[in-house]
Amino acid sequence: MVVTTTDVMETVDKILEEHGTDQSAIIAILQSIQKVYRYLPEEALTYLAERMDISASKIYGIATFYENFSLEPKGKHIIKICDGTACHIRKSQPILDALRKELSLHEGKNTTDDLLITVEMVSCLGACSLAPVVNVDGVVYAKMTPAKATELVRKLREGSLDEDKN
Amino acid sequence: MKIRTSEELFQLHNRFKGELENQRKQIVVCAGTGCVASGALDIYEEFKRLIEEKGLSSKAEVVKEVEDVTVKKSGCPGLCEAGPLVRVEPGDILYTKVKVEDCKDIIEETFIKDKTLDRLLFTKEDQVYSSRKTIPFYTNQTRLVLEDCGEIDPESIEEYIAHGGYLALAKALNEMSPKDVCDEVLKANLRGRGGGGFPAGKKWSQVLSYESDMKYVICNGDEGDPGAFMDMCIMEGLPHAVIEGMIIAAYATKAREGYIYVRAEYPLAVKRLTQAIKEAREYGLLGENILGSDLSFDIHINQGAGAFVCGEGSALIASIEGERGMPRVKAKRTVEEGLWKKPTVLNNVETFANVRYIIQRGADWFRTIGTENSPGTKAFSVTGSVNTTGVVEVPMGITLREIIFDICGGIKDGRDFKAIQIGGPSGGCLTAEHLDMPLDFDSLTEVGAMIGSGGMVVMDQDTCIVEVARFFMNFTQNESCGKCVPCREGTKRMLEIMEKIVGGQATMKDLEILEELGHVVTETSLCGLGKTAANPVLSTLKYFRDEYIEHIVDKKCRAGVCEALKTIRIRPELCKGCSKCARICPVDAIEGKLKEPYVINVEKCIKCGACIESCAFQAIEEV
Amino acid sequence: MGIMIIDNKKVEFTDEKNVLEVVRKAGIDLPTFCYHSELSIYGACRMCIVEDDRGKIFASCAQLPKDGMVIYTQTPKLRKYRKTILELLLANHERDCTSCNITGRCTLRKLAHRFGIDDVRFGELDEKLPIDDSSHSIVRNPNKCIYCGDCVRVCDEVQGLGILSFTHRGSDLRISPAFDKSLSEVECVNCGQCRTACPTGAITVKDDRERFWDALLDKDTRVVAQIAPAVRVALGERFGLEAGTITIGKIVAALKMMGVDEVYDTGFAADITVIEESEEFVERLKSNQDLPLFTSCCPAWVKFAEYRYPELVDNISSCKSPQQMFGAVVKEYYRKKDEEDGKKTVMVSIMPCTAKKAEAAREEFVNNGVRDVDIVITTNELARLIVEMGIVFDELEDQSLDMPFGLASGSGVIFGTTGGVTEAVVMRLLKDKPDHTEKQVIFNEVRGLDNIKEASFNVDGREVRVAIVHGLKNADNLIKMIKAGEKHYDFIEVMACPGGCVSGGGQPAPIDSEIRAKRASGLYRIDRKSFIKSSELNPLVTELFEDFLKDKKEILHVHKNSEVSYGQ
Ligand SMILES: Cc1cc2nc3c(=O)[nH]c(=O)nc-3n(C[C@H](O)[C@H](O)[C@H](O)COP(=O)(O)O)c2cc1C
Ligand code: SF4
Ligand code: SF4
Ligand code: SF4
Ligand code: SF4
Ligand code: SF4
Ligand code: SF4
Ligand code: SF4
Ligand code: SF4
Ligand code: FES
Ligand code: FES
Ligand code: FES
Repeated sequence: MVVTTTDVMETVDKILEEHGTDQSAIIAILQSIQKVYRYLPEEALTYLAERMDISASKIYGIATFYENFSLEPKGKHIIKICDGTACHIRKSQPILDALRKELSLHEGKNTTDDLLITVEMVSCLGACSLAPVVNVDGVVYAKMTPAKATELVRKLREGSLDEDKN
Repeated sequence: MKIRTSEELFQLHNRFKGELENQRKQIVVCAGTGCVASGALDIYEEFKRLIEEKGLSSKAEVVKEVEDVTVKKSGCPGLCEAGPLVRVEPGDILYTKVKVEDCKDIIEETFIKDKTLDRLLFTKEDQVYSSRKTIPFYTNQTRLVLEDCGEIDPESIEEYIAHGGYLALAKALNEMSPKDVCDEVLKANLRGRGGGGFPAGKKWSQVLSYESDMKYVICNGDEGDPGAFMDMCIMEGLPHAVIEGMIIAAYATKAREGYIYVRAEYPLAVKRLTQAIKEAREYGLLGENILGSDLSFDIHINQGAGAFVCGEGSALIASIEGERGMPRVKAKRTVEEGLWKKPTVLNNVETFANVRYIIQRGADWFRTIGTENSPGTKAFSVTGSVNTTGVVEVPMGITLREIIFDICGGIKDGRDFKAIQIGGPSGGCLTAEHLDMPLDFDSLTEVGAMIGSGGMVVMDQDTCIVEVARFFMNFTQNESCGKCVPCREGTKRMLEIMEKIVGGQATMKDLEILEELGHVVTETSLCGLGKTAANPVLSTLKYFRDEYIEHIVDKKCRAGVCEALKTIRIRPELCKGCSKCARICPVDAIEGKLKEPYVINVEKCIKCGACIESCAFQAIEEV
Repeated sequence: MGIMIIDNKKVEFTDEKNVLEVVRKAGIDLPTFCYHSELSIYGACRMCIVEDDRGKIFASCAQLPKDGMVIYTQTPKLRKYRKTILELLLANHERDCTSCNITGRCTLRKLAHRFGIDDVRFGELDEKLPIDDSSHSIVRNPNKCIYCGDCVRVCDEVQGLGILSFTHRGSDLRISPAFDKSLSEVECVNCGQCRTACPTGAITVKDDRERFWDALLDKDTRVVAQIAPAVRVALGERFGLEAGTITIGKIVAALKMMGVDEVYDTGFAADITVIEESEEFVERLKSNQDLPLFTSCCPAWVKFAEYRYPELVDNISSCKSPQQMFGAVVKEYYRKKDEEDGKKTVMVSIMPCTAKKAEAAREEFVNNGVRDVDIVITTNELARLIVEMGIVFDELEDQSLDMPFGLASGSGVIFGTTGGVTEAVVMRLLKDKPDHTEKQVIFNEVRGLDNIKEASFNVDGREVRVAIVHGLKNADNLIKMIKAGEKHYDFIEVMACPGGCVSGGGQPAPIDSEIRAKRASGLYRIDRKSFIKSSELNPLVTELFEDFLKDKKEILHVHKNSEVSYGQ
């Protein structure tokens, strides 16, 4: 997505209309910005700093503190592999390895070059009984295996994954 | 519709209750996170479609007269592993692992022909359970807080009211003063379910005692322990129970605003809570002059953004205030200077969900459950190597043996119990010798573990205890906020050593340093995260030191988990000497003479596993 | 109020804000990294831990003293834990003390020595981060940071700027400007307050000693030095003297030994400033334009205004700061002579201030291709130069400043502390009033270390309202009040550093309110003793105006570009 200044300003203004400019709303605001761009563009944060009268570095500090925020563009589809205790014990690591291999990703590179898919490890998604689980764009897939996960990714690529389970 | 008086609430309660009782035929589809993950929503839709197709009318709302079958969603009854679950009433029939294709049969057979479908019933050791209530998983629990979880529709305030919801609030408002409420909770000795076990009544009384223009009630729904999901269950399945507890707390402490902090990984909980708050406002149970009283109170939801440390009270407050979620040192406690420096009640989800029972049934009744110093029940999420994983609720003082064997059906595949990690990354590890110890706040602390969040991970002989300790160390190290030196630097060095151990590169000197660091981190860290970060390592070192030593000295992982300690070998008795493996090995680690057994040079082998697959005689194995 | 038992001794406490203060009062110097009496309590370094009678260990900086509290500051556990904490810090630290700018003044090094760390068992610094030396004033070496957060809190709580923040978390924790930019790319005003708070070499001052030696050792240069007022009351601390001790004579002697040709007093230029700025003020009062008039002598404040309130730039006095005025005058003064002697004059200023380095480098301070000031040396750098040269400071015989620019009035000298500029200007405006008591009342109002001070007086029937503010956060608050119409002033003195230049970023650290007050009182002592009280009575200044500056007064002024110029 090309980020233009007016676009950013309009977007941020709209989000601020909803949340107000009090510092207590910052996390919700960042979440909303990320929802729009799938990451937090520097431009948006700089403008936000001005509008909220908070220093830009403070906002940067907040954005880099919370795991869910990304300062780099994320993929269109986000695959979260659970590495909570239950999932870890039931072998979630091989799922990650398989997906990385399938998508040519590695530690430190979580998003495919075409910005289609991001793969991340997260902790417990709350479906531990069905471990290991994988969450694709908000939909939880239970009792995964490396093979099933690879299959999922192929479907994602083809655009044939039926995602309206929730 | 606003309820203006308690009188009106009672009337509504009676009406809804009557209406609910009229719904004789019900299909209850579990719509908890687990079952949704296994396809529950498709099943729900399918039932609705089928019923309409059959000409049966399906009405989910209690407020309306119902003729035939009601299809509805419920929260999680805890048996997630067997999901998607569908319960059919009358008869308390529980169908497990239901597929969309099964829906038709359920309607045809169970409703029209009045026959149960055996193939979908819960089965254990050849025993088929036709009624949910007879399944050992339930018979051995004491479901109090979770009684209605899985029973009622979480998206319907009417059902909650039908089940006696908000009557405790009415009682508190009508019959008790704020101080009475605090005293009752104190007398019940309701101890915080979020880990620390601090008496909730004490907190409330203190908040009540401070004069302030503003006070807050915060519900901690961050549940960051990777492997615990009881609080999620409650928030998803009984959102109103949490809200009612919070309103009562607000009345007891004269607070005016509330916050529920939910971790972002629980979108369904957020959705249900948001819906519940909206309904409660519509009914006048939140807002100005609740039930005609002087109490005005409203609740906001704050979503976390991925930081375990935000479960810690002061970090959570910093996060609500819009800061980095770093714990703060304060001369004054949260009850005096909490959110925005105002007196604040901070309790856990389950703590709040208990309150309605204490108010309605009294402290004396509450104290009949559980133990003297830890009254009541506790929910645990049990995962790992047990036959039935899921959320269970048991009276305090129950033994691990009862939970693992009686409720959860024992260890998977008949293997041996080895250990249980309790309390997640801040907890400790217990072994067979603790199986019969009563579980409560104090006894667990005595043996170096803690109830913590309530996560339980059962481990058998195939689990490497050292690897599990490394996993938790990795988790806390990753989640450390980095503020204080012992936690930021100490956990990092501890993790380095743990990695060396499972990687087969550690020395006994490292083990000594590991232990020393463990104590420094525990005693000098700023917040609970650091103070408990070393627990998994220290407690496994206490009970399984020999396994650490095996990893270090013998370079051996007895569970066969630690990759680096595995070796690949050729079994000479099976090797035909065909040389295929030697040709395939990328590093020429296999040597030998044709027609004679080949050998792998372990120094050279990079454990790529290629040879194992190549051998037509299955002569190569991993040990 | 109450009594605590510390290491088996009874210690009374009154309003101490934490156990740490009580322990220190008892004469025990508990080690700390993250506690500063003037900043919020952070509680992160865990060095200040103590043990209570039940064996519980806690950070004393974050605990209120309680009557009957029993604590120990030295137990086997505490000893071991403190050592381990230090060892953990050092393990993740670029430990090259021998070539570290701060060595000798480094709290980390001192404590490592004090606690006898003779082995670091926990691995090494894993990844070297780049050093940021983009700023004219400040150098950041993140590899020496111990994340005590002192700089973050100073910049936020005192300066209200929040240039440096914590970013990331856990073992990836960093201190940095927004988006990991360099200091020259952000709105850092170069005040150096972060440096004075930093206990390690992670934040240091850009070192210009080499350039100074180069000038000194070049035969073709005439090295002229000016010494700012605040230097003379702080330098002594680096040689074991009490804060506030006046060492101007020794400083002159030392500079002469190094080979400086002429040594002058910035206070002289301050006198010029007073005259020029008063004149400007009177003009503006008359025309009632561009009021309030803000002072211009603090470059950090000027920069702050340029970034935050560009619309106020025209309200800032057009006078150059004393440093720059001096440079301009000296360069002009020696122009002919240089041509004759075949020399080049190099203007070196000895300043308490890090922002002065950036100020000297600003593009507008060039006159006919000649820079007003060439090299800026801070008090701390001067101390190192003295040591490097091998000068035994306490044995130096006092020498006097050179003429014609070595004479300053008392007014010129108190520029070094908050309120000083205002006092000088008031003095000048009321020069015709013989009534000393009235002046004294006003001076009492403008002296002292309150955050914001105000006074008003009558000039030719008009009420003149002045305000004095130090610390940029206070300045920001004041401007906000003015903008909201809650406050009205005609003249506002702003100093970026708390207490003014006495606690500038180039001064010896640590600095607390006590040290600050001692240094300020040193300056007032000079004022009291000086024969020439006010600027217009400085005969050399008068002469300069009548003679040399007659047709050159424009070199004393600057027309600031209101455009923000980053990277200065
Ligand atoms: C690192 C850390 C994480 C925590 N996470 C949670 C949590 O997820 N949920 C929770 O209720 N309490 C959590 N706690 C405990 C809280 O700090 C606090 O004690 C609790 O919410 C108080 O409620 P209670 O008294 O009802 O248990 C955590 C504590 C620490 C130190
Ligand atoms: S113990 Fe860990 S999580 Fe807690 S404040 Fe210290 S660094 Fe942060
Ligand atoms: S492939 Fe199998 S049988 Fe052939 S040499 Fe290797 S181990 Fe022996
Ligand atoms: S595991 Fe790989 S490297 Fe090792 S012997 Fe077999 S083929 Fe060679
Ligand atoms: S900061 Fe201190 S400890 Fe670190 S290298 Fe410099 S002098 Fe040594
Ligand atoms: S103190 Fe030690 S390390 Fe430093 S220069 Fe001297 S000998 Fe070398
Ligand atoms: S020099 Fe001043 S403005 Fe710049 S970072 Fe340091 S304290 Fe902040
Ligand atoms: S730069 Fe200095 S003051 Fe800032 S956190 Fe690092 S060590 Fe502390
Ligand atoms: S107050 Fe003085 S020392 Fe501080 S920045 Fe301003 S001029 Fe420099
Ligand atoms: S551990 Fe993976 S869902 Fe809980
Ligand atoms: S989610 Fe359905 S039983 Fe837990
Ligand atoms: S001085 Fe107390 S923790 Fe740093």
